[in-house]
Amino acid sequence: MKIQQLSIFVENQIGRLAEITRTLADSGIDIKAFSVADTSDFGILRLIVTDNEKAYEALSNAGFTVTMADVIGVGITDTPGALASVMECLGKNGISIEYLYAFIAREDEKAYVIFNVDKWQQAEEVLTKGGFPVLQPEQVREM
Amino acid sequence: MRDMGIDPSSIRLRAGFFGAEPWTEEMRQQIQTLLGVKAYDIYGLSETCGPGVAFECTEQNGMHINEDFFYAEVIDPQTGKPLPDGEYGELVFTCFAKQALPLIRYRTRDICALSREKCACGRTFVKMTKPRGRSDDMLIIRGINVFPSQVESVLLSLGMQPNYLLEVDRVNNLDTLTIKIEMTPDMLVGGTVRGLEAIERRVASAMQSTLNISPKIKLVEPKSLPRSEGKATRVIDKRKI
Repeated sequence: MKIQQLSIFVENQIGRLAEITRTLADSGIDIKAFSVADTSDFGILRLIVTDNEKAYEALSNAGFTVTMADVIGVGITDTPGALASVMECLGKNGISIEYLYAFIAREDEKAYVIFNVDKWQQAEEVLTKGGFPVLQPEQVREM
Repeated sequence: MRDMGIDPSSIRLRAGFFGAEPWTEEMRQQIQTLLGVKAYDIYGLSETCGPGVAFECTEQNGMHINEDFFYAEVIDPQTGKPLPDGEYGELVFTCFAKQALPLIRYRTRDICALSREKCACGRTFVKMTKPRGRSDDMLIIRGINVFPSQVESVLLSLGMQPNYLLEVDRVNNLDTLTIKIEMTPDMLVGGTVRGLEAIERRVASAMQSTLNISPKIKLVEPKSLPRSEGKATRVIDKRKI
């Protein structure tokens, strides 16, 4: 089961991220994780939030270019080597990672890695088999 | 020439005629200094005879129109009425000697002014200023004619929204064209930088094959391009000519 990420197109302009985060704040959206991919002219802001639909609506209504994309999340222990094991598991199975980012959850003190890969099905299978349970949408909502 | 180790003074060039696209007084100074020549402006259009309609004299302040071949008028592009000398308007030609394709009061779309004041060179032919714009929306970029409507049709052919802005500038005496295009959510599917860069490349190559110049494509946020009274601004020309 994939979790959903919001991707927002952001022009490189001062104050633009402030407007986006304020829009989300005003709608009562809690951001769980985020990352910004940057080029010289634009960036893509990626967000994991508690309520995707509400966040999507708030951002579209405010005039932002926003899409929802599937991503895979994996919970790992917050110890040295944990991320390396996940990466090795994917690498060994020939799965290419487009991008990734990570966050630490408050309650279970686990670290979560969010990533986008080329072979979805296979990635889920090898991760589960390798002992890395894949993050479920309802888990994100309850974080 | 400098890179090839050739001394400009060794080639004995005295004068050069430069036309086909607008150039600035600064460029004239540069050419004259670097090449050691007198740089003269020349005006023409392929519908009449190509280059040869008007030339600068040694005074270098306006081009004498060859009035034995061309009758020149400047008109108000809106009303079509002739304007007095010295006023800027659209240049119109009637050709006396053209055969097969006679042109009578042919509208060039070039904006300039005429002067019949006595020229220090002794010639009495009317002088026209360097054209300083167009009465239609045609742009001349690196000598190539570009219409915003061409950009629009390329975008439509790619299934994209025609919300765009052409930004023309001049960097190191070379024209540059940037086409800004407003994003739509379908372009962001996947949410990867690679995906957006692929779109930019696809648009750039389609523009290149239609316009014959290679523009820089820049994706911008929706509704971020200027609109005045509901009508979109299509061109920002930052060149100072």
